[in-house]
Order: sequence, then C-alpha cells, then structure tokens
Amino acid sequence: MRHIIAVLLENEAGALSRVAGLFSARGYNIESLTVAPTEDPTLSRMTLVTTGSDEIVEQIKKQLNKLIDVVKLFDLTEGAHIEREMMMIKVKARGEDREELKRLADIFRAKIIDVTDTSYVVELTGASRKLDAFVEAVPEGRIIEVVRSGPTGIARGEKGLTL
Amino acid sequence: MELSGGEIVVRALQDEGVELVFGYPGGAVLHIYDALFNQDKVRHILVRHEQGAAHAADGYARATGKCGVCLVTSGPGATNAVTGIATAYMDSIPMVILTGQVPTPVIGSDAFQEVDTVGITRPCVKHNFLVKDVRDLATVIRKAFYIATSGRPGPVVVDIPKDVTDPKVKIPYEYPRTLQMRSYNPVEKGHPGQIRRAVDALLAAKRPMVYTGGGVVLGEASAPLTELVRQIGFPITSTLMGLGAYPMSDRQFLGMLGMHGTYEANMAMHECDTLIAIGARFDDRVTGKIEQFCPHAKIIHLDVDPSSISKNVRVDIPIVGQVANVLEEMRRLIQDAGRTPDQAALADWWRQIEAWRGRRCLDYDRNSPRIKPQFAVETLYKVTNGELYLVSDVGQHQMFAAQFYPFDKPRRWINSGGLGTMGFGLPAAIGVQLAHPDATVACISGDASILMCIQELATCKQFALPIKVVLLNNGYMGMVRQWQEMFYEGRYSHSYVDALPDFVKLAESFGHVGMRVERPEDLEGAMREAFAMRDRLVFLDVIVDPTENVYPMIEAGKGHHEMYLSAERELA
Repeated sequence: MRHIIAVLLENEAGALSRVAGLFSARGYNIESLTVAPTEDPTLSRMTLVTTGSDEIVEQIKKQLNKLIDVVKLFDLTEGAHIEREMMMIKVKARGEDREELKRLADIFRAKIIDVTDTSYVVELTGASRKLDAFVEAVPEGRIIEVVRSGPTGIARGEKGLTL
Repeated sequence: MELSGGEIVVRALQDEGVELVFGYPGGAVLHIYDALFNQDKVRHILVRHEQGAAHAADGYARATGKCGVCLVTSGPGATNAVTGIATAYMDSIPMVILTGQVPTPVIGSDAFQEVDTVGITRPCVKHNFLVKDVRDLATVIRKAFYIATSGRPGPVVVDIPKDVTDPKVKIPYEYPRTLQMRSYNPVEKGHPGQIRRAVDALLAAKRPMVYTGGGVVLGEASAPLTELVRQIGFPITSTLMGLGAYPMSDRQFLGMLGMHGTYEANMAMHECDTLIAIGARFDDRVTGKIEQFCPHAKIIHLDVDPSSISKNVRVDIPIVGQVANVLEEMRRLIQDAGRTPDQAALADWWRQIEAWRGRRCLDYDRNSPRIKPQFAVETLYKVTNGELYLVSDVGQHQMFAAQFYPFDKPRRWINSGGLGTMGFGLPAAIGVQLAHPDATVACISGDASILMCIQELATCKQFALPIKVVLLNNGYMGMVRQWQEMFYEGRYSHSYVDALPDFVKLAESFGHVGMRVERPEDLEGAMREAFAMRDRLVFLDVIVDPTENVYPMIEAGKGHHEMYLSAERELA
C-alpha cells in the first residue's frame, strides 16, 4: 500500500542523506521525497512517499524514528489528510493545439504561466493522481518537459505534526 | 579556562573519565596528539594499524561495559578503521571514534588524505558528526558519548577537521553537564501492561523456552536474568553474543542455539509453545528458515530497540525497555503474587529435553592421534579453570570455543558475532588485557584469521601484554573448507592457506615466546607452561586435525529440527 510519511527532522547537514541512505541500505521503496525548512529554522519537514506491506512500512517508521536526526514522524495515510503536488509542464503549442491546450488547462484548473509562439508552460497543483491525469490528457507528442515537486501533505483537522 | 580545539578534545576525554585511547597519529590529528603529549590522565595505546585501534577499543568496551575510544587520522586512517566500526555496530558496542579531517576550507577539494568520513561511515554507525566550529566541539563530544552508551549502544564517529583543533585559536571551555536532545530519548522502563501479559503467558506455558542474546550482556542484566530463570525453572539457550550471561555450566542451560547450536537447544526451540526472547534480534544464523522458526510458539520479545521487534519474526507480546528493568519487574510480579509455572507440564518438558540432551551432540573422536580442535578448547578450559577472558577470531575455532568453553560470567566471551570479522581477535584481546591487567586473557584464533591483524603483536610487545594466543592451526580457512566439503562436493577453492609462516619464529621475531604442539598428549603440558608465563605473550601454535568439522550444523535456510550431527551426519 502507498503511504505518505511526514517527518520532522533536525535541519542539519547530512540529515537528508541519512534518510536517503536508510532507504537504499535496507532496500525500501521510495517513490518521492521532498524536504524544506519549517517556520522553526532548526527543523526541516520531509514528506516521503513509499509503498510496502504493513510489516515493511512499520519497519520503515521504526527505522526512521531510530535515526538520531529524526524528531518526530507521522503516517498521514493513517487518517484523513490532504495531499498536494505541484507540476510544471512545458508543451508544444502551435496552431489548433493552442486552443485545445488552453481548454485542457481550464478544465483542470491549471494556469498557463509562460507563453511563446510555439509553447506553453502550464502549472498545476493537486493530488498526484490529478497530475497524472493531466499528463495523460495532453495530446500525444506535445510534451516537452515535466517537472513535479513530489507530494507533500498535511493532516485534516486541528491537530498537527509539531513539537 | 581557554583551550584550543586539540586541547578541548583531550580535556573532554578526561572529563568523560576515559582511561584509554587506542590510536595512530597522522597529519590531520597532529594538534590533538600534541595535546595528548602534555598530559597523563588519558593513556594512549599506539596500535600498528587503525583497524587494530577500532577492534582494541571494541574489546575494551566489551570487557568492561565502558565506552571504547579510538583516535585516527583522516583518509586512510578513517577508512582503515571502518571494518572495526562496522564490527562494533553489528554487535551494538559503545564506542567513540575520533577521526581527523582535512581543514574545513579544503573539504570537498580532494585534498591530500581526504575522504568523506561521515559519508563512508554513515551506514555503520549509530550516529556521526562533522565538527565545523571549535565552539561546538565539547558539546558534540558529550553527545557522542551519550549516544554511544545509552539505549541500544553503538559506535559514534566524530570527524574533526584540522583547523578546528588549531592551537592558536583558544576559546573558553566548559564541559556540558547535562544534555537535552529532543530527537533522542531512549526508553527505560517497559510497559507495565505488556509485562503483565508476558508473565501470564510464561506461567501458562506447557513447553516454555528462554532465548537470550547480546542485549543481556550489554544491558547488564545477567543477575536479574539468572534469578528469574532459576525462579521459574525454564530451559534457557543463548545466541553466540549472549554466552555467559546465564551460567553455561548450569543444568538449565541447553547450550548455544542456531546454526551451530546444540541438538537440545534447537529442538527445544522447534517444539516450544512459548518463547521469550530477551535482548536478541532473531538473526538469520539463529532462526534458520523463518517460516519454520518456533512454529508452535507464542513469542514474547523484550528489547531496548523498538526496530528489533517484529523485524524478522512476528512477535505476539512485544516489550520495549531496558532488559534489566523489565526482567526485575517480571521477577517481582511472579514472586509477589506467589505464582508458579505449570510444574507437571514443565517436568514432562524437561524429560523431553533430557532425551534430546542424551544424543550428546557435541561428542567427537577422543582417541584421534591428531589434536582435535574440540579437545584443544576443552584442555584450555581445564588449564584455565574456566576463569578466562577468551577473545576469539572468526571461523571454526570460534564455534568450537562457543561450544566447548562454558562461560559462567558475562563479558568473558568476546567475539565478532554480527559482522564476523576475521582479524578481530588479537587487537580486541589487547583492549581486554588493558582493561583487566591482572586477568588471564587468551585469544583463540585460526591460521587464516590471525594473519589479518598479526601486526598487533608489536603493540602487545610495546605495552608488555601477556596475552596467550591459542592458534588452532589446520592450514585451511576451516569454515570455508567445511562448507566446500558439505555443499560444493569437496572443491576446496582457495581455502587452503599455502605458505603459512613459521608461527613460532614469527612470535619470537616480535619479542614474544612461541611454542608448537602437534600431539594430543603434549597439549595440556604445553598450555600449562604457556599460562604459567604470567608476564609474557605466548603464541601457542596448535596443529589440529584439518578435516574436523563443526557440528551440529543447520544448513542456511533450513529449520531448527533439520540438523546435521557429527560422524554419522544424520539428518535429525
């Protein structure tokens, strides 16, 4: 099953490589990993997307907790949560395609943020599945480049992953 | 008080109460070595190879329970120490390794003797630090000792660039008394509800079994374990790492379990209905085939490390806590309630176990004209009255020692279990002998293992360490040879150690005493003579039967009930 694990870790050099190294050393799957500082500059927040059986995911969480730099973690998929990923996609936009791609962007509530005579850059935010759907919907052979941030997430309701 | 970085390192070691540092100087640590020169509280032991420094610090830690410390230079100094660090990591040994690093302005420029020590050691340390500012140095060292020795212990590397130890830069020094780490809070006590559940399960058992590991030794839980097990009268087995935590000569002890465990221990594991694992981690050499591991048992697992629980084997009642605390709590619960196990069932269970024991699985040919390695270990036990600190290398001799030398106290059996590092024995024995200068310390080794760190004989000479090296010399990498005989139809691919040195002359050339024994009838006399030389290192080259194999044996990937036994090699 797919799990989204949010991790608060010390904002120190090498903390990221400890997490990445743990996944490669123990052969765990890692679909994506994003990390950035929080409102507290001594803390970074990481969002990990991984897949595995319940036993493996349990081990992943234990092993992450064991890392000295990890302060706290939470498996967002255990409860109601919001998942968001950002994508910028550069597409060939010539002739009739220009209208078609504009319509597609509107349907997905995406924004066109760069326009040239021959191309658009489209920005789209949403759950990863929505981004996948947009990529699927772009007509064959029009995609020049896809940039995705990897998912981040937050639990619904008042409670938060804080110290 | 104003100190330079180099002085802070040494002063911090003093403030930690460090007695011994095992090390080897080099460019990046010269400032630290200069600070060491000007004091006499911390004693420096000069080894001959950085791997030796790490193993010696490790041996010291295993024999005392204190934190081992080593100090090596950057680049090759650090990489040479890595095998020793990984060895300590796999067996959860508390160690602090101080490594020199090139000056901060040139880090990342492929400077002379530069390696990414923090990167290289990351997968084999509990934690590591790169100190970039001299003002962080004291706190980092304090943290390193705290992390290394608390919770599930392990090695911690502190990488110190040369400019951080600059003698010209002095800052006020104060060693932090207390430490607050929001991200690291090792558990102490176990969950009371879980402990009660575990006690209920134990007392309800018809065929109980106790399986202990190195965590009992590391957690100083030998006394509460022994009291509890005697109180409830259960059979007990131990992993290689836990030997001695419960007296091995006691009737309730069934011998070691696992790949080369005894018939009775492995059969009792296979047939038990309730298993309590204490400070053990269900290693593959212990469990054999996971699907066939303790197929009938409800499993209780007690460990200080939550990630050990249900890692390899699904556990029914997990308890996370310091083993000594939890065992004490269990004993109190049973005693206060005046509860006892099911005595009738237990008596039946013991009858079954005694029948298994009656197979005498460790028997060997005592009439051989050649020295059998088992006989050598038995003789060693006899000559030393079981009072030895026995440090082992890795291979057949290690298994024979574990099977034939019953340790009755913890920290007497010192060996590399998890990583299985050949070359560990001699340098580790240095650490053990320095920790216990008046104790009898022996290193049991093989002709292949000993050559991997033979240079440390020079260290032994320099510090006048009267270690007794007992070399079971069979001319082969014995364990490799055994597997090739059993599983590769006798194709002995590169396991014969052609061109061995004359070990007697070798020992003598280092300034020690060398002796060779080839006949069984000469062995006891030679050993007595060797151990009588209280102030000399004696290297005893014992020529043993090269065809002897370690039995019982469970082939990798087989269940506990599928053992090869000796001689007839029947499948049990």
